[in-house]
Amino acid sequence: MADEKVIEITELTKDFKDVKAVNSLSLNVYRGDVFGFLGPNGAGKSTTIRMMLSLINPNHGEIKIFGKSLKKERTSILKRVGAIVEKPDFYGYLSAYKNLEILGRISGTDVSNRRIMEVLELVGLEKRYGSKVKTFSHGMKQRLGLAQVLLHDPDLIILDEPTTGLDPQGMKEIRELIIHLSRDKKKTLFLSSHILYEVELVANRMTIINKGKAIVEGEVDALLNMNKLKVTFEVNDSEQARQILGGTDYIKDLETVANNIMIFSMSSDKVAGLNKYLIENKIEVSAVIPTRSLEEYFLNITEKAS
Amino acid sequence: MITLIRIELYKIFKKWRTYIGFMVIAVIVPVINFAMLAEGEKSLDFMTRNLQQSFVFVGNLLNGYLISYFILTSLAVHIPFLIALVAGDLLAGEATAGTYRLLITRPVARIKIVTSKFIAGLIYSNLLVLWLAVMSLGIGILIFGVGELIVIKSSGIIIFAKNDIIWRFIFAYGFAGLSMTVVTALAFFFSSLVENAIGPIVSTMAVIIVFLILSALPIDFFRNIEPYLFTTYMSSWRNLFEDPVDYQAFIKAIAVLSLHIIILFTITAWIFKRKDILT
Repeated sequence: MADEKVIEITELTKDFKDVKAVNSLSLNVYRGDVFGFLGPNGAGKSTTIRMMLSLINPNHGEIKIFGKSLKKERTSILKRVGAIVEKPDFYGYLSAYKNLEILGRISGTDVSNRRIMEVLELVGLEKRYGSKVKTFSHGMKQRLGLAQVLLHDPDLIILDEPTTGLDPQGMKEIRELIIHLSRDKKKTLFLSSHILYEVELVANRMTIINKGKAIVEGEVDALLNMNKLKVTFEVNDSEQARQILGGTDYIKDLETVANNIMIFSMSSDKVAGLNKYLIENKIEVSAVIPTRSLEEYFLNITEKAS
Repeated sequence: MITLIRIELYKIFKKWRTYIGFMVIAVIVPVINFAMLAEGEKSLDFMTRNLQQSFVFVGNLLNGYLISYFILTSLAVHIPFLIALVAGDLLAGEATAGTYRLLITRPVARIKIVTSKFIAGLIYSNLLVLWLAVMSLGIGILIFGVGELIVIKSSGIIIFAKNDIIWRFIFAYGFAGLSMTVVTALAFFFSSLVENAIGPIVSTMAVIIVFLILSALPIDFFRNIEPYLFTTYMSSWRNLFEDPVDYQAFIKAIAVLSLHIIILFTITAWIFKRKDILT
């Protein structure tokens, strides 16, 4: 069951007049994945998600979800999918409770008072259940968006930029919820984001997309290991440190030296050794700052593609 | 489907704009009645001034039926605006609010969504016409009582006995409901094309006004296209106030208006089914 494909996208293409928003995109998401769908703004992430939810009709290609063609079995597929597409908008003139009740009824799912209050409680909105949504902040709407995603207990959850506009605490809560849904509830999650840090923290597999094209797809860990860390060392005397390192392998990793700042490009297992070597040779190290590899990787790869 | 229609009706009646139409009618009908109470006799004398030389009018000619007939004549042109206000918002309003995304990602066929919205709009339009009927007949009869209905035409006058009137009003308001359903279908069609509700409201009114102007112009070219304009048939309820009733013309008008509704809705459903939701 581990390699059962939940989402199978083949050669997906969407043109808007002269612009190719999505260009022959193929990807696979397996059961239990937290799949990161990464790309800079305008890369085609939301267009792809809209096609996956039948909001947009593709010009070419096929989308299969749960092994079924979305074009042919849209209704039965969407019964098992929960999604937030871009910013969460609701009927502002209705209460949070009523919005969920209406959406549940349209979906033909359980809209008992218990179930609605259960999901509102899960996202921390139980005290505001009767408030009109137009009085909600962006963060509260985002949480209500998650409540509507969870209302019908879907097998596949698609979240398009779920932390956009949230404060750090809100972002942390969303991350924890994603991890909870994946680990404890065994859901498959498809998570689009341009914030690499959040994908790195929660996803096990990912695709990077740019200009509508998939650039790379694979295990997050494997992709991370393909690249070295950029590690910045702040030392008391960079010239002396350079001389000390002259006879070692570390000098090969040194990229830049300026104003007692030394930047190395190296694998993570060498960082501690280098630090120890400098200290043993009487170099004072005041800071060691590793640059997150995925961010470097992402920037490199998108720059190359552009 | 019933659930979807109920939800759409709930959404319609939770918006304050829905009540504008009902409030306008609730205000304007009593105002017309009170104006007629003050100056109605004078107006009736003016309308029948030529006939008074040859005929003697007896009985209660200024009655609830005449007021209701008068309101039906004058308001049938203005009600479309109140209809478009709600019908134009049915689809475009979802686009403006961004709730298309919520709605269309539900496991429901798009055709069901668009049909339920149209039926809800149709129910609203017909409730508005029903409200107009209840208000105009109710308040008119309450203030002026009942009596014979005098209908003045360029070809002469017709006076209907008071026991021969109410069925004509029932069918006339029923027909007005059908006419307003065409307006609903038109506004709904425009609503499927754009992403804010102002466009459909303005477009619907523009079409109706242009068609009415074209129909009114005494130019042969426009006379030739008049049979193809739906506005030509919107006042066909007047056939019911003929003696004898021209049933053939009345049924033809019903058929033409029904055809317009079917065609407009079919095109709207076709557009909606293929529409890319980008909002």
